[in-house]
Amino acid sequence: MKNNYLKQAWLVLVLAVCFGGALAGVEHSLSGRIKANKLADTLGQIPSLVPGAEQGNQEMVGGQLAYRAVDGAGTPVGWVVPVTGQGFADKIELLLGLNADASQITGIYILDQKETPGLGNKIVEPEWRGQFANKSISPALVVVKRKAEKANEIEAVTGATISSESVAGIVNQAAAAFRQKLAEGGQQ
Amino acid sequence: MAGTGPTPLERFINGILPENPVYRQVLGMCPTLAVTNGMKSAMTMAGAVAFVLICANVLTSLIRNLLKPHLRILVFTLTIAVFVTIADRIIAAYMYDMSKQLGPYIPLIIVNCIIICRCEVCASKQGVFTAVSDAVGQSLGYALALTTIASVREILGSGTWFNIPVLPANWPDWVVMVLPPGAFLTLGLLMGAANWIGTNLGQRRKSAQEAA
Repeated sequence: MKNNYLKQAWLVLVLAVCFGGALAGVEHSLSGRIKANKLADTLGQIPSLVPGAEQGNQEMVGGQLAYRAVDGAGTPVGWVVPVTGQGFADKIELLLGLNADASQITGIYILDQKETPGLGNKIVEPEWRGQFANKSISPALVVVKRKAEKANEIEAVTGATISSESVAGIVNQAAAAFRQKLAEGGQQ
Repeated sequence: MAGTGPTPLERFINGILPENPVYRQVLGMCPTLAVTNGMKSAMTMAGAVAFVLICANVLTSLIRNLLKPHLRILVFTLTIAVFVTIADRIIAAYMYDMSKQLGPYIPLIIVNCIIICRCEVCASKQGVFTAVSDAVGQSLGYALALTTIASVREILGSGTWFNIPVLPANWPDWVVMVLPPGAFLTLGLLMGAANWIGTNLGQRRKSAQEAA
């Protein structure tokens, strides 16, 4: 029987191996460019994510890559932290803007997502992600399926509660972790 | 089994109008409706579909004699998925803004029925040359359909074509045309027009033959 299965499936197996190799090759040759594109996108978003910021300087804070947002005179005004987490369909990559002591969110921006078109992908729209601006990081943000009333509430995208909760979850977790790292680092 | 089925030329011509994937076969409607709010995104989509369709057709045609009937759909899907992933990565590397704008629609080409339909109908039964001309014909037909829909929607909805202003500045943009309802309206009217023209031409040809 075993032989019989192999006889039937050998083409699928061979193709799978060849295709896997081909994809690895494509990824290997293009990933540098894709990363550079994302970096350019990230740096371009910093002024809109942290009020007053003009550019960002790459830094490592407790092992976490972050961009220290500085104004025209070089004074630090906040942070932009790239984070990734699980969404409804695939990983969501976003940029989290925080104020200088990481106690408040100044904005978020979705770098990459594959949420359901027409529903979940509304998380990229400025209207929805604008809700995150000026929220304190504690208490943690909660997604609600009605108009947001309390200070820590985020109104879910209609029909995409899981996508909304994913984004809020990623933001909560990343903001708390980054604040802790910043405190441990003692403002070097 | 050489020599059965339509010739390469027939396959090519059929793909453009008589069996146009959008207007006559009504396949691949999701991306057709979703990406036609502007010419640029529509043409990127048409290019990606053409790349995937041609590559998948060539590969399927090359291995057609090795296919086991009950595993063929699996092999088609595998083949299509690989080329879609390659297209997706290339667009992300060289056309980053477009990749963000199209978002999940590029990966969704994997489930676009046009491609699996051509693998099943043509490439798994006919030679490489026929498969290529079939893929090119179908891709042109798809591009033609996207071009017509996107032109109507972008010109009426934004007053531009390929982001170049074509209507006077005082044109009141019909915002509904770039929103989803505009896609359905345009597709319905154009599909009706394509069928009306097709029927009329057919009748005229028939009456010309009878007269002769």
